[in-house]
Amino acid sequence: MRTDAIAPDVSVAGSQPEPDRHLPPRAGRQQKPKTLKQVIFYGVLSVLAIPFVFPTWWMITSSFKPINEIFSFPPTLWPANPTLEGYAEAFAVQPFGLQYFNSLYIAVIVTVGTMFVSSLAGYAFARIRFRGQNLLFMVVLVGLLIPSEVTIVPLFQIFNQLGMVNTHWPLILVSTFGAPSVLATFIMRQFFISLPGELEEAARLDGLGRFAIWWKIAMPLAKSALAAVAIFTFLHVWNLYLEPTVYLLSPDLFTLPQALTRYVDAYGGQMWNVQLAAATMTALPVLIVFVVAQKQFVEGLAQSGLKG
Amino acid sequence: MTTTTSTRPDRAAARSGRVSPDPALRKRRPLSYRQRDQIAGYIFVAPQVLGILAFVLIPLGLIGYFSVHEWNVLAGSFTFVGAENFERLFTDPELVPVLQATGVFSVGLVVFNLVLALLLAVMLNRKARAMTFYRTLFFSPVVVSLVAWTIVWGFLLQDDGGINGILQLVGIEGPNWLREGPTAMASVIIVQVFKNVGLNMVLFLAALQGVPQEIQEAARVDGANARTLFTRITVPLISPTILLTFIITIVGSLQVFAQVAVLTQGGPGISTTVLVYYLYQQAFLFGRFGYGSVLAIVLFAIVLILTVVQWQLRKKWVFYEN
Repeated sequence: MRTDAIAPDVSVAGSQPEPDRHLPPRAGRQQKPKTLKQVIFYGVLSVLAIPFVFPTWWMITSSFKPINEIFSFPPTLWPANPTLEGYAEAFAVQPFGLQYFNSLYIAVIVTVGTMFVSSLAGYAFARIRFRGQNLLFMVVLVGLLIPSEVTIVPLFQIFNQLGMVNTHWPLILVSTFGAPSVLATFIMRQFFISLPGELEEAARLDGLGRFAIWWKIAMPLAKSALAAVAIFTFLHVWNLYLEPTVYLLSPDLFTLPQALTRYVDAYGGQMWNVQLAAATMTALPVLIVFVVAQKQFVEGLAQSGLKG
Repeated sequence: MTTTTSTRPDRAAARSGRVSPDPALRKRRPLSYRQRDQIAGYIFVAPQVLGILAFVLIPLGLIGYFSVHEWNVLAGSFTFVGAENFERLFTDPELVPVLQATGVFSVGLVVFNLVLALLLAVMLNRKARAMTFYRTLFFSPVVVSLVAWTIVWGFLLQDDGGINGILQLVGIEGPNWLREGPTAMASVIIVQVFKNVGLNMVLFLAALQGVPQEIQEAARVDGANARTLFTRITVPLISPTILLTFIITIVGSLQVFAQVAVLTQGGPGISTTVLVYYLYQQAFLFGRFGYGSVLAIVLFAIVLILTVVQWQLRKKWVFYEN
């Protein structure tokens, strides 16, 4: 899984076809084609990278441009007259600070909550024997099979009956305890299955109960799995769009993705510079954390894909 | 280890039954470790199991119930309408275009995503410091806020946006990407591929690194060229990953909502109205919760079929699985 430690010489298609074996030796010319090949290879990679990098770059730099420069042709790669106008407007047009807080606190509660729910359930399914265990595990796995979009209509009606529409409760409860947490439980279970049993035996002889074993022995060992769970849960909640759109009505309660789409002027035209400033504030912190903790991000998210 | 622990409670129960037949005597004894484990197990899984019951299984059952009712939020009425919503499904002139759009989107996304992911993984699968750097670049959109990413592309794909600006530099008059049927669908697909292809790329990269070197060496000694090596050795060996990414991507493609909502609002016409977006429109914009429930059943049926097909494919296709 260590994707950065690339195995030596695992050459597949696109690698050097070993010229000395298949072709007659061409003395003196060997160095040049190799360098040229390298240049072409990196050139192709760099061109391929443009659609992945340019939008983010353009979003960040353009958020500091005045509106007329955003539409200037040809597009500028760096703001000629940097301004914070878009950022100021972002907070003036909508309660953006409050919306930022909403997104942040919901994401933190759901992430921490999911870590508890999934590690408890994952631990029990992996290490404790109790009656009906397999049946209950099957019940939980159903959550993996059913996309949350399938249940959005009845869930909306349930939360409407409970008077929880236009509150953050549906987002928090469903994400923490419902289908989105099942993948986390599955990953935690896979991790706890691999734990050696001796540690628990020793702890049990010392008189520790199950809860203490889970908290004091198993959890400290599960840091990597917990990190993976935390990363993909946070990103999932941070990006939720359908659910907030369905449940939340007042701008004061909006989360960021929802707020980003509401930057329109009195005529319904999009306020691009403001929208880009808000988008930058939404995306940049996560990007910075990603660059710092790259390895955990890539492995954590890849794990969520592998186990799914 | 697991087998001994699982048989132990039975033995313990049998023993205690024989040794202490007096129930009063047993009552006084503190709970055994096994008994406490039973209780602990239920307590540990309770939040998750109850959550699934409340937020997945019960709502799933309710879909059937709601699909034969019509619910008017404004009037506060909830009336039984029988099969009316299902009849509407079969007479809905928009259903076929919506299913077609969903199919085109899913197939386009899966094909483009997997091909690009495999291409990038093969390119990045070599030993060089720069590879980590490129991997970061290709992966970065995965962590960019989905709506932020979509908004930026929405701007770039405008008639007077950045893409057409670049095309103009080389003398091409670009289309109004998001306002013409075919290009609108292509745009939604491409924006989504660039957003998430990094994830599949990383999965493929991990799989490629797991291909044993000896097998490749042996094939090469036998005279296999790069292409044969790839199609006959590498692809079969990473086929479990190909199937896995295929399933993740196709199920994910059925859930697409934000991209459509932000980029095209299902338009022009209904050319990019995929099933989930249609469901949202019917239920939450037009207030047809009954019909929305029927559409949810359709979505559920598609996912169920895909799951079954996946199991069949796994048996047939996958060359090797550990």
